[in-house]
Amino acid sequence: MSRVLLIEDDPAVREGVELGLRRRGHEVRAAATGEAGLAAMTEFRPDLLLLDLMLPGMNGVQVCRRVRERSQLPIIMLTARGDDFDVVIGLEAGADDYIVKPARTEVIEARIRAVLRRLDDGGAGRQAIEVYGELTVDRVGLTVTKAGRPLALAPSELKLLLHLCAAPEQVFSRQQLLEHVWDHSYHADARLVDACVARLRGKIEDEAGSPRYVQTLRGFGYRFGPL
Amino acid sequence: MTTGPRRSRFRAFGLRTRLLLAFLLVAGVSAGTTAALTYREARNAVLQTAQDTAVTSFRDQVQQTGFGLPLQGGEDLEFVLRDIARKGKPHPWVVFAEYGSVRASSGENPVSTVITPELRRAARANPHGSFERVVKDGVPYLTIAMPMVFKASPDSLLPSGLVLYAVMRMTDEQLNVDALLMAARDGALPGLAVALIPGLIAARSVLRPVRELRQAAQSMGSGRLDTRIPVRGSDELADLARTFNESAGQLEQSVRELREAEARARRFASDVSHELRTPLAGMLAVTEVLDEDADHLDADTARAVRLVSAETGKLAVLVEDLMEISRFDARAAELNADEVDVAEAIRKTLHNRHWSDDRVRTELPDGIRARLDPRRFDLVIANLVGNALRHGSAPVTVSLRAETRSASPPVLITEVRDSGPGIRPESLPHIFDRFYKADAARTRSAGSGLGLAITLENVKLHNGTIRAGNLPGGGAVFTVEIPRHAEEAGG
Repeated sequence: MSRVLLIEDDPAVREGVELGLRRRGHEVRAAATGEAGLAAMTEFRPDLLLLDLMLPGMNGVQVCRRVRERSQLPIIMLTARGDDFDVVIGLEAGADDYIVKPARTEVIEARIRAVLRRLDDGGAGRQAIEVYGELTVDRVGLTVTKAGRPLALAPSELKLLLHLCAAPEQVFSRQQLLEHVWDHSYHADARLVDACVARLRGKIEDEAGSPRYVQTLRGFGYRFGPL
Repeated sequence: MTTGPRRSRFRAFGLRTRLLLAFLLVAGVSAGTTAALTYREARNAVLQTAQDTAVTSFRDQVQQTGFGLPLQGGEDLEFVLRDIARKGKPHPWVVFAEYGSVRASSGENPVSTVITPELRRAARANPHGSFERVVKDGVPYLTIAMPMVFKASPDSLLPSGLVLYAVMRMTDEQLNVDALLMAARDGALPGLAVALIPGLIAARSVLRPVRELRQAAQSMGSGRLDTRIPVRGSDELADLARTFNESAGQLEQSVRELREAEARARRFASDVSHELRTPLAGMLAVTEVLDEDADHLDADTARAVRLVSAETGKLAVLVEDLMEISRFDARAAELNADEVDVAEAIRKTLHNRHWSDDRVRTELPDGIRARLDPRRFDLVIANLVGNALRHGSAPVTVSLRAETRSASPPVLITEVRDSGPGIRPESLPHIFDRFYKADAARTRSAGSGLGLAITLENVKLHNGTIRAGNLPGGGAVFTVEIPRHAEEAGG
């Protein structure tokens, strides 16, 4: 079971989610503000951050950026549907997934499991280390380097890259990526994919404007290469 | 009503033309009348003077001349006549004499062709003489008849039977009169032309405010309610402009108040749902705890706990639907369109809801791609199928086809048919209303009561249409038509 840091300002939601997750065997630390959450991070060493976007003082997006500055901790945003603007900003700030409130504990736990799940190995008998242009992908050690320099990829970015480069030049629709990389339903919000692709390109491409590795096929989706 | 066509034909002219025509008509009538009256008076004066001079002078001549009666024709008489003729005033005249069968004149012909029988009759009736104006072959003549009379007593005159006629050409007078006519015409026509200028100015001064009014009304009609027109002067048109501005102001204010009230109502609904969502988020997270532990509680507490858990779930659905509908009301709903394989999307929808058994059948041809918002299309299909299963009865059939009609973009047609009794005709117009209950006895359905309203909004967001109807053999059918915005799959 996992260690979850929950940052949520509303006491009822905080207590409810904490209670629900604890009942399912997770270890939960709850914080009421972004500052308190960041302070608890080094000491608690969570596996995952459950982050409300609407916080007093330092807001969720700022917390998200601060966390990403030094770690690739999986982050799930808690949002209310309709706060669409916040969802996009939060995803751009580096969140891996989001949950729309109100949500049942089973839904929250399913998201947590999906984010923490390691990708199935793209294909048995593959070499652990693959080289694509300047990129070196280590499927076992889960590291990616570009021209020898290690890249800090968030969990969703890493999973997306591993999924795409497991089948170079194959086109995946955004719906397919939502299902396979995020374990979302086919009909979930495709902006999740777009935001993650944008972040990934910012890290692996020479020029994010004219991508080599993760290419867009208008109307169909994304593919890796051809280089 | 019978004047309708004529009036409309008159209205076919613009206001400017009508104003100018009216102006010209008035100017023309007054100039024409003045000219005509002046002409008539002057002409009468000219002719009267000539006539009076001629008649008086002829009478004097005749009276001063002695005629030996009974008269004999011949040189003597013609000599006397020529003598009178010479003294004609104001112009020379030709003198004719008629006495019994004697005919004589001062000219070539003994009998005049100009003298009319009427004048002859008048001459016999009136001993003081008569005259008549005659136009013959385009030449105007004055003809005077003067009977010779005896003075029988101071009161009575006896005709002698001799009648003298004078025939005088009135050419000079006619020339004068013609000159008068020319003068009147030459005065009236330029006057009429000059009248055009004030006519144009007047039309312009009337038409400019009218044009401004028209533009302002158009501007208001297109939604710019703050439109006002400048008020110039203090005439009736300025009054009209002022009235227009006042009405526009009142209209603007009422519309603003209505909009504010509507926005407040919508914001209230949205705020309420927002506020409900936070406590619900806490409650919904712990319903599982309630459900799991209910088994260990005593029967009444267990029932109460399960009731709270179940209703919390329904409340969450209702609040989500309310949020969704208030986003449509606030036009904040976004279409996140993506190109999808429609048959696959529908199959996923049915699969996610566990509707893959015999209850739901599909007729989904492969290869139809369309540009849709997958999440919203999923909601549309799920709502329609869920609705059909709840209110109709299984089996429910979902069918899909693409259609291309002439002069319109290709559309995607999705039909959801059930095998129930169908929708009652009186319910059909209201089926997409919010919280509409087709069955009054059913106080609360499994859904929120907003399902079909949200479905309608989602279809409209795709620029599509949805309609409800009944199949001939019973069973309700919902038909969704959405423009495809996409080509056949390929490449």
